[in-house]
Amino acid sequence: MSVGSASFDHAGKPDGVLNADALRADARRQALGLLALVSPGLFLVFAVIIVPIGWLFWLSLFDETGQLSFANYARFFEQASYIKTFVTTFKVAFVVTGASVLFGYPLAYMLSQLPRRAASICLIFVILPFWTSVLVRTYAWLVILQRKGLINNWLIDLGVIGQPLPLANNFTGVVIGMTHIMLPFLVLPLYASMKTIDVDCLRAGMNLGASPAATFRQIFFPLSLPGLASGVVIVFVLCLGFFVTPALMGGGKVIMWAMRMEQATSLYSNWGAGAALGVVLLAVTLALLGLFQRLLGARATGVWSRR
Amino acid sequence: MTKRLCIYGLAVAGLLASVAVPASAADTITVASWGGTYQDAETKAFFDPTAKELGITIKQDTTNGLDDVRLQVTGNAVKWDITELGADECARGSKEGLFEKLDYSVIDKSGINPKLVHDDWVGISYTSVVLIYRTDVFGDKGPKTWADFWDVEKFPGRRALSGSQATETLSVAALAKGLPIDKVYPVDIDGALQSVDKVKGHIDAWWTSGAQAMQLVKDGEVDMASIWNGRAGTLKKEGAPVSFSFDQGVLTADCMVIPKGSKNKDLAMKALAKFVSPDLQANLPLYVDNGPANEKAFETGKIPQERIKDINSSPGNVKKQVLQDPEFWRDTLVEATEKFNNLIQQ
Repeated sequence: MSVGSASFDHAGKPDGVLNADALRADARRQALGLLALVSPGLFLVFAVIIVPIGWLFWLSLFDETGQLSFANYARFFEQASYIKTFVTTFKVAFVVTGASVLFGYPLAYMLSQLPRRAASICLIFVILPFWTSVLVRTYAWLVILQRKGLINNWLIDLGVIGQPLPLANNFTGVVIGMTHIMLPFLVLPLYASMKTIDVDCLRAGMNLGASPAATFRQIFFPLSLPGLASGVVIVFVLCLGFFVTPALMGGGKVIMWAMRMEQATSLYSNWGAGAALGVVLLAVTLALLGLFQRLLGARATGVWSRR
Repeated sequence: MTKRLCIYGLAVAGLLASVAVPASAADTITVASWGGTYQDAETKAFFDPTAKELGITIKQDTTNGLDDVRLQVTGNAVKWDITELGADECARGSKEGLFEKLDYSVIDKSGINPKLVHDDWVGISYTSVVLIYRTDVFGDKGPKTWADFWDVEKFPGRRALSGSQATETLSVAALAKGLPIDKVYPVDIDGALQSVDKVKGHIDAWWTSGAQAMQLVKDGEVDMASIWNGRAGTLKKEGAPVSFSFDQGVLTADCMVIPKGSKNKDLAMKALAKFVSPDLQANLPLYVDNGPANEKAFETGKIPQERIKDINSSPGNVKKQVLQDPEFWRDTLVEATEKFNNLIQQ
């Protein structure tokens, strides 16, 4: 077999070009094949997510008489209570996310540093409540936190306080209940990302004379940021649409957006009233997700490039 | 072998068919109500006796209220032949044209308050909103009237009112201003809102469900509250240290309708006629604290004398209470509720 016959085919084209053509065709075929494979999934997403959301948006544009109008949106500005609800929703989401980070980060760090067996046992304690109904857990908190609940009774019996602390049926109660429910959503992605941090990086840092605190601050913490970012985003977004805990623990004084949706659907005879609330929440959530991705994503990647 | 299987198959099918005959679509109706102990009581009081007398099958379902009916009617997918609603929901649904007209030559309306007898809906039972207080806090000198409830100096303590039922809270707020019970309706909404505003800072919880109201009182989270009489009665039966009476209570009615497009309208009409008849109405208070809508039920002799004074809709108790006017709230509900929500959130 001569070199010449290997380099040129019968049409006289260079071998490389022919290969490129074949590869391109192959890539196209593969892309089409993959598209065919994902098409059922795409169709499902379209049918169960895109279509209903479009419909929701469409419904929100009609008033009670079935006329096209912005009445459902105008209401949010005319009535102060909607703005108040909106502010409360974000306040709760921020505080709960903050509390989750405060409690979740050390927990995830501890889990990631424990020996494998101990870590998996501890992980069960994180996941177990995750599998228990939110309603059950919320009622449990009510029993613990209320005026004649466990905590107040103990503290009074021990003589620590004279009057029961207002822990339930207010903002504090909502934050405590929701933080407990949100914690696993933060801890699990954070733990996963902490487990992937290369111990050699930490060892190298120590080897070069960094103190344990400096190693943590300069190496471990930046490397754990992507996991923290995804946990924070999940928790924050879930908080925005939360219903059960604020409804039960808020004592009717902490009204969140999802509770207004429920009120609106039963109060107004058109679906548009509730739908408009849904559209606003969706739009704000998407905008925030975009913002998060820019801010946290850039920060996390910035850390990587600085390294 | 195949033949034999076929014969078995036919035999089984025949057996099934013979069992299924009384339940064929023509003489089956579906009734929806609120579920729980209340629907269990209705089953024993209304549904079972009616099914027996008419020789029909009554299937049951549960409802979340007017939204469900609207969804079925506007979506042309009516699965209920009769459904229960709150009276103000009936008034609103009637305005929206969601119900079939009722035939009062089939249904005997005598004995039912005329305010609850309409072209396309009829009252079925009563719930009362009452003032409950804890006797371990107040002894028997607790707040007896809504004016007392509003008086935070004379009756210090923790309070709860309904945050989800604006109509009921506005009614008691009007009573708290000292209005006599026959002057509460039509409610002066702005006046009632001002009244709510006065007590707002002293309300420790705005309850959104009957169960929550009960829990707040039972666990001592609050010392006094507005509560539905059924829940109050349960607390008392459970031995909780509480006291309540029907004085200045707010009577709210429940109603029944035939959703527009029901496939068994005529049969539903006959069944509904039975449900509101004095004879079956008299069964209801034997199983639950909700009183009958038909006052003739008290003349049937079925209800023991000693029980009558505990029933919210007995002639003696009706006089002490305000009847919540469904037609009034039909036209004012949305505006009043939005204002109320606004107020309690501030």
